[in-house]
Amino acid sequence: MTGRDKILYFLYLHRNGLTVLALSCLLAIYPLIYGNPYILGLTNLIGLYTIVVLGLNLFIGYAGQISLGHAAFFALGAYGSAILTTEWGFWPWPTILLVALGSGAVALLVGIPTLRLHGHYLAMATLGFNIVIYTVLVQWDELTGGPSGFYGVPSLAIGSWQFDSDLKLHYLVWAAALVCLTLALNLVRSGVGRGLAALAGDEVAARSLGVDTRTAKVKVFVLSAVLASLAGSLYAHTFGFVSPDTFNIFASVDFVTMVVVGGLGSVWGSLFGAALLTWLPEFIDLFESYKDIIHGLILVVVLMFLPQGLVTGLIDLARVRLARWRHRRA
Amino acid sequence: MLKVTSLCRNFGGLPALSEVSFSLQRGRVTALIGPNGAGKSTMINCITGVDQPDAGRVEYLGEEITGMPAYRVAHLGIARTFQNLRLFPRLSVLDNVLCGLTVQGGKSMFGALIRPPQVRNRERRLRLKAMSALDRFGLTDLADWPVDVLAYGDRKRVELARAIVSEPSLILLDEPVAGLNHEETALVGHEIRALRAQGYTLLLVEHDMDLVMGVSDHVVVLDGGRCIASGTPDEVRQNPLVLEAYLGRTAVMA
Ligand SMILES: Nc1ncnc2c1ncn2[C@@H]1O[C@H](COP(=O)(O)OP(=O)(O)O)[C@@H](O)[C@H]1O
Ligand SMILES: [Mg+2]
Repeated sequence: MTGRDKILYFLYLHRNGLTVLALSCLLAIYPLIYGNPYILGLTNLIGLYTIVVLGLNLFIGYAGQISLGHAAFFALGAYGSAILTTEWGFWPWPTILLVALGSGAVALLVGIPTLRLHGHYLAMATLGFNIVIYTVLVQWDELTGGPSGFYGVPSLAIGSWQFDSDLKLHYLVWAAALVCLTLALNLVRSGVGRGLAALAGDEVAARSLGVDTRTAKVKVFVLSAVLASLAGSLYAHTFGFVSPDTFNIFASVDFVTMVVVGGLGSVWGSLFGAALLTWLPEFIDLFESYKDIIHGLILVVVLMFLPQGLVTGLIDLARVRLARWRHRRA
Repeated sequence: MLKVTSLCRNFGGLPALSEVSFSLQRGRVTALIGPNGAGKSTMINCITGVDQPDAGRVEYLGEEITGMPAYRVAHLGIARTFQNLRLFPRLSVLDNVLCGLTVQGGKSMFGALIRPPQVRNRERRLRLKAMSALDRFGLTDLADWPVDVLAYGDRKRVELARAIVSEPSLILLDEPVAGLNHEETALVGHEIRALRAQGYTLLLVEHDMDLVMGVSDHVVVLDGGRCIASGTPDEVRQNPLVLEAYLGRTAVMA
């Protein structure tokens, strides 16, 4: 190999790690140059959504399942942290973990019976779960603050150093998002990740190769719930306020749309999907007013023409074209 | 090594297998032949847990595995191919073959997320293994291709590579050369002989009589879900029941 080949091979071999590194640098520097608090608030939201969408994409894109209820796990994280730290005086950091474990346990209870279901039934079951949680948030107002929401969630702090500005929160949120992104990249490049991809591709074949499909589905569901809950806790501490409408079924549909736009089974696509669908409504008024309809339309149109999702679908098309072209030339 | 006793399987009252018994010897190639619809694929499915028999027993290394879930059968070291290819269309050739190493790939999701050095090294080892399996079937150049663009013959070989990559103790092949051209058939036939020479135990379901008669130590004949004959290739070839079952259906037996 020549020196140039070696460098290219090194870049290829470590492409994921290097991309994470480059993105980290970019995210570390950009707020110092362009510290508009409004934009930072928006990118913080993108970081939080990315965490949710990463987990959901493992569940939908890798394990090949569907959930229309992930906003409920997001809600469990947000309200769990908010209520325990504000009303009960729990320490915020350990509470995040505690609540995440709790959400994981709820996912286990919900997942074991529902993940025996397929397609529409699974969609309905998870949707039902979301409606139950939403109703509890609205109705149980002594605890949750009811429809008007829950105020006064404390900021996270290290010692006496508070994460109380958009800038500081930017670093906190994106550190968490990048860690989750790295974990997801690790997972999909491992035997367990291939088992999940196999499960999405052909369940019978996956089982015959030794994938315990039922357990694998439940595990990914729990993992995705834990991630959603972590994001929810950070959300509560970031904005200091939570209201039920952030967690209704439309939010769940939004998460699925982000997965689909980013591309099923694409870790990087999760970031893209979360970013695009959070930015667009801020810049195009039409989007703002008809958000739910437009998201629904995007979902339907993408799934009709590119069942693998927008980014992955396009990449797949390109890959197939390229392979056919090489095949003809060979 | 594997013992099937009085296995029965009915589909809506129609018997696909009735009271079939046979056994596989370690290090031998056993062929399971019979006309279409004889129940050969059903037999493989019942052994591997893809389908559940209605009655009878399957024993593997002295342990009963009747009705055991497919993933646990795989963990015992039993690998198979499917008559109608079951590859993972969106994965590359290499990833498909890597999926054949699931049993050796580690089960801990936590480990997979954190990716400590052990996991990293294991991944490297598995990759090398998969690459050598690809090499064996002449697929090295196709490693990065998505399988859904491959020609049928190539896909069929990917599935074979996926089945043998884990060095399973028992391999069940459901019509490995069906639909292949002459050259590809020769290559696969050669590999099956090589596997046999390496001491693998195989159950071979196949219609290609040249292949069957050439590589098998023992032949079991099914017809209409019943075992009508078994013995060495020569014995079976001369068995009048077998000739009758095949009469008018194929002339190769004569
Ligand atoms: N899933 C199924 N449902 C109903 N009938 C089936 C099923 N699988 C196989 N059969 C029937 O069982 C019989 C044996 O099929 P099979 O095992 O595929 O035969 P072979 O592999 O020997 O050609 C056939 O008559 C087939 O129609
Ligand atoms: Mg068959």
